[in-house]
Amino acid sequence: MSKQGIVLGLTEEELTAVRLSLRVALWATAASLPLGVLVALVLARGRFWGKSVLNGIVHLPLILPPVVTGYVLLLLFGRKGPVGAFLAEQFDIVFAFRWTGAALACAVMGFPLMVRAMRLSIEAVDQRLEQAAGTLGANPVWVFLTVTLPLSIPGIIAGMVLSFAKAMGEFGATITFVSNIPGETQTLPSAIYTFTQVPGGDAGAMRLTLISVVVSMGALLLSELMARQAERKLAAA
Amino acid sequence: MTLVVDVRHRLGTFSLDVSFESEGRLTALFGRSGSGKTSIVNLVAGLMRPDAGRIAVDGTVLVDTGRGIAVPRHRRRVGYVFQEGRLFPHLSVRRNLLYGRWFSTSRDKRIAVDQVVELLGLGHLLARGPAALSGGEKQRVAIGRALLSEPRLLLMDEPLASLDEQRKAEILPYIERLRDEMGIPVLYVSHALAEVARLASTVVLLAEGRVLAVGAPADVLGSSEIVPIVGPGEVGTVLEARVAALDVSFGLSSLETRAGPLIVPRVAAGIGSPVRVFIRASDVMLANQRPQGISALNVLAGRVVALTDESRTVVDVVLDCNGQRVLARITRRSAAAMKLAPDVPVFAIIKSVALEDGGRPQRG
Repeated sequence: MSKQGIVLGLTEEELTAVRLSLRVALWATAASLPLGVLVALVLARGRFWGKSVLNGIVHLPLILPPVVTGYVLLLLFGRKGPVGAFLAEQFDIVFAFRWTGAALACAVMGFPLMVRAMRLSIEAVDQRLEQAAGTLGANPVWVFLTVTLPLSIPGIIAGMVLSFAKAMGEFGATITFVSNIPGETQTLPSAIYTFTQVPGGDAGAMRLTLISVVVSMGALLLSELMARQAERKLAAA
Repeated sequence: MTLVVDVRHRLGTFSLDVSFESEGRLTALFGRSGSGKTSIVNLVAGLMRPDAGRIAVDGTVLVDTGRGIAVPRHRRRVGYVFQEGRLFPHLSVRRNLLYGRWFSTSRDKRIAVDQVVELLGLGHLLARGPAALSGGEKQRVAIGRALLSEPRLLLMDEPLASLDEQRKAEILPYIERLRDEMGIPVLYVSHALAEVARLASTVVLLAEGRVLAVGAPADVLGSSEIVPIVGPGEVGTVLEARVAALDVSFGLSSLETRAGPLIVPRVAAGIGSPVRVFIRASDVMLANQRPQGISALNVLAGRVVALTDESRTVVDVVLDCNGQRVLARITRRSAAAMKLAPDVPVFAIIKSVALEDGGRPQRG
């Protein structure tokens, strides 16, 4: 069976789940990227009271049961939750039972992985180069943009891919927070779960599982390629 | 230009307490490792903040703890050439050189890129990345990068320490040109006597975080305070000289010094230019009579001023050659055989080839 055969063999419902999952994962990764870089920088370079508390909060989604994270999101970002109600009133942004909520849940679950990879690569940047940039007239923001950031690109790519892969596979927090609505919040894992719950759903579950494997592997290979290119550029420079 | 440093700083068990002023074009901080040289440079650059004190360049205060002034490092306009270069690995040589120019305002731009590229011989390297450069080339790029940031003061922290002798010899003339042609004062850290003798206009002698002496190289490097710093093998005499003649066929220059004429390997400076010669004490041989039929080209007449036993084997003899102090290091056995004592007339013999490295010219 060729790969194209699998794609063509998908039902409309399955295709929708694939498209939705890709959209959710891309948004989750893109939206958490700036905050991820900032938090990684603060954890890598900052010296302040409460740093270990911040580190703990960032890592919470990694150690809590996903259901708990999803429930907390529901409490905070649900229509009646303090944050959710505020965002809905002021900015007309709604997370509850929308695909945006799925993206939020995925972003939160992927955040510790993203920050961890970025933090390690920022810590690996030689601070003496940052000092040198400072003596040449660059203020701390420019030092970060022109030295720290370019030199930690491989780790930032790795962090993004980890976040993306996590988002493609996130299930527990998503289904708890935004449920399992076909076309709105039914991502790949939710769709697979649904197939396994109905008689005769094995073929659909298998097709979506294969797609899941292909997308995740593709993302991983792509990141390896990009990271290697970035590293080669640094080594050749 | 005046550089004023008056700081106290504590780093663990090490305490720095230094105060000096320099008007020299190249001020050398000279001392052993751990004497506080690099700490002083880091304080001037703003990489560290002193516990107390004041640093000013040409009347511009960089730090004054009494008045609560501490200019952040990116506004100090001090170009820093680090011992290890610290070139940005992700930028080409050209972009490394131009890095500081992004941040200097247009009215500061007195130094032309072409001039620096030419001065440091970087033209053929511009498109390369730092990884493709030799150690000496890296340091030249680092110097150029610091210069092009339009500094009011250039800091050089042992820029030659990580290089072999050949690379050092390759870079020294560039530093001399920089000192003489760019008009930017330099604060230069070194623990190499020959380098300091050759480059410095003012020497600040440091030991264990304190200033031992400040002054002209001939005074400071010839003083007895230098011995514990350079070690007994490296003591010697710094002679101020003037180029008198050039012997092209043999590649030799004749110099006039207070002690008498000296013939040295050809120097680049023109006739009439002042140069500085460093004569290592262990390169000086002594004789009771004016020697005949020897290969050494330099014989200086003088008399013994003092003898100091350095060990059971070695004795340092201070000579007075026509009013110029010259130090010689010989075995105690020779001193005994020659019956050396204060006021005994002697001849100091110096091979010209021994004057090759430390005896290079100081221009200007």
